[in-house]
Amino acid sequence: MLDANDLNIFPVDAWIQDGVAWIALNLRPLFLAIKWPVEYVLNLNIFLLQEIPFLAIVAVAVLLAWRLASLGVACFSAVALVAIAALGVWSEAMTTLSLITTAIVICAAVGIPIGIGCARSDRMWGVVRPILDIMQTTPTFVYLVPVVMLFGVGTVPGEVAVVTAAAPPLIRFTNLGIRMVETEMVEAGLAFGATKRQLLWEVQLPLAVPTILGGLNQTVLTAMVMSVVVAMIGAEGLGLVVLQGLGRLDVGRAAVGGIAIVLLAMMLDRITQKLAQPGGPGGRPLLRSLRALVRSGRTADDKTVASPATSKPAISSPDQ
Amino acid sequence: MTERLRVENLYKVFSKSPDPALRMLAAGAKKADVLAKTGMVVGLNDVSLSVPSGAIYMVMGLSGSGKSTLARCINRLNEPSAGRILLDGRDIVAAGEAELRDIRRTRISMVFQHFALLPNRTVAENTEFGLKLQGVSPQARRRRAEEVLSIVGLARWGNHYPHELSGGMRQRVGLARALATDADVLIMDEAFSALDPLIRTEMQDELLRLQRTLKKTILFITHDFQEALKLGTRIAIMADGELVREGTPQSIVLEPGSDYVAAFTREVDRSRLFDARWAMTPVQPVPLAAGLCLAETGDGGGLVLDDGGHVVGALDSETLRGLRDTANFGNSGFGALRKDFVTVRECDSLLDAARAHRAGRPMAVVDEEGRLTGTLAADRILAGIAAAPPHPAGGLHA
Repeated sequence: MLDANDLNIFPVDAWIQDGVAWIALNLRPLFLAIKWPVEYVLNLNIFLLQEIPFLAIVAVAVLLAWRLASLGVACFSAVALVAIAALGVWSEAMTTLSLITTAIVICAAVGIPIGIGCARSDRMWGVVRPILDIMQTTPTFVYLVPVVMLFGVGTVPGEVAVVTAAAPPLIRFTNLGIRMVETEMVEAGLAFGATKRQLLWEVQLPLAVPTILGGLNQTVLTAMVMSVVVAMIGAEGLGLVVLQGLGRLDVGRAAVGGIAIVLLAMMLDRITQKLAQPGGPGGRPLLRSLRALVRSGRTADDKTVASPATSKPAISSPDQ
Repeated sequence: MTERLRVENLYKVFSKSPDPALRMLAAGAKKADVLAKTGMVVGLNDVSLSVPSGAIYMVMGLSGSGKSTLARCINRLNEPSAGRILLDGRDIVAAGEAELRDIRRTRISMVFQHFALLPNRTVAENTEFGLKLQGVSPQARRRRAEEVLSIVGLARWGNHYPHELSGGMRQRVGLARALATDADVLIMDEAFSALDPLIRTEMQDELLRLQRTLKKTILFITHDFQEALKLGTRIAIMADGELVREGTPQSIVLEPGSDYVAAFTREVDRSRLFDARWAMTPVQPVPLAAGLCLAETGDGGGLVLDDGGHVVGALDSETLRGLRDTANFGNSGFGALRKDFVTVRECDSLLDAARAHRAGRPMAVVDEEGRLTGTLAADRILAGIAAAPPHPAGGLHA
């Protein structure tokens, strides 16, 4: 009778072990090169978030939430941040926030260009898509093993794992956003003589922005989840609080970490979710106000042009 | 009118390797044969046409007839499979990437069915889109945008966003964007089809008004035969990727040539389409007296003309007979001249002629200088409206 275990004649585990060991030994400069920008951005973020006073961070967060999302989200953000401080895990929360903001920066810098490339080349998408499938279906724990082998343990290798896990949604949504731009819009661009580059910058990217921001929201949430998991390979932050609680069977400590994670995640989700909603009345006020700021020079001209119209009521004013 | 755009034996097969289909088409196969044999969709099958400069050239057909494919081949949004498209004698199909871009930027612009305005840009920014792609400076292109926006009647809307505008206004922006680049050829792909009927009529009138001053060469794609009749100086009717009939609106209505075309022309309001010249009976004035001529109307009476050809009065049949007997016009003749004749211009529609008609009064048809060219009796007006064959000596205009 054939037993399933008899078929286990390929020592795949040993091969991979050897393979990774070989890679770790021989491609070390490559991984150092990957690690360096991650480390740089992460340390900068940790430094900023740890050094900026508590009240200043709350103020900035409230302002951002108000301008990007709404007054309600701003209130929630204030309450959430104060609650985190009250739980006594402020410093850990800021480390986690650093992990997430770093992931946002690096994922945007790498993911959006890859997404654009995928949207413009079916061949590239054909290569990238299965990789993304693998990355997104792989359980988050599984990332940790090669990361430890290749990058070591600690907060910076943890960040590498966070970035790796968080990048796929942004690549997918960027690709999708550009491909979903209506054909008539693309044709309009072409019909007026746009070059490929102009088509991308003038038509496709601006119209894909809401979808890309939707991807950013997914990236933030994935980064949030991963920033907790990477505590297992020595990354600091709220994940470490939970892990310590588990290790010591200290349910209270673990719960404190968990509550802080939920508050932080909800805050980040609400802020970034509002970004992705298409600009109806009151939507995307930050983009609007930024645009208004850029245009302030021009609007001054508009006002002088419009003055004949506004002067009409002024003539009738003596009657009043 | 000189020729601006010429399409010669244009084929479009939607396939990466269209050669087998092209060979079949060259051997006389139809769209359906090619689809059945090779699975390839034929967009255009040997289309040739000539668009005069300054014309509104209507390409009319049902969906799937290839009319939009034809329009898109002109600026190569669709790549033609074979054939030539000559813009002022230069072949667009053979143009390289840079030359094609240049043609699209400066020679041919396009208005889209669903407007294709960028929602994230203001009306003015949308209008200057083509100029921005050309690298025109912000001040210059804004000036130009304001100029064309006022031409299309949206002078005050520059800072609004497209979603704040109605459909008709959005298409005005689409038109302004196409006009801003100063291209002399305009492709309007079902430009008014997405508008509701009242706004569509308004936009058609607006286009005719603009065209009087702009004199662009317009290739207008439509599935609406009434629209084709109203706007077109010439109409090309397409079916299954082929050109089945081409000509002036009047000639197509008079001689559809096939049941397919006749199905469109059946519902046409001829009283508006045909003019008085087409239905009138031409006159051959004969000398009557010194400085006067007589043009007989069909009923035995006549119209008296001065030596400039202008009508001075009418004579009824009895008076005319009396005058003939005495062979002397003289004072009695002048005394008998009736002034109650009706005048219509040659270019007035039969509807206008019917409105002007009064029983018992002769109707004089005059040219632009007011000279008599024909007479129009009630039976001729009715015959013209009711699709009678053209009068042997009557002329179609255009």
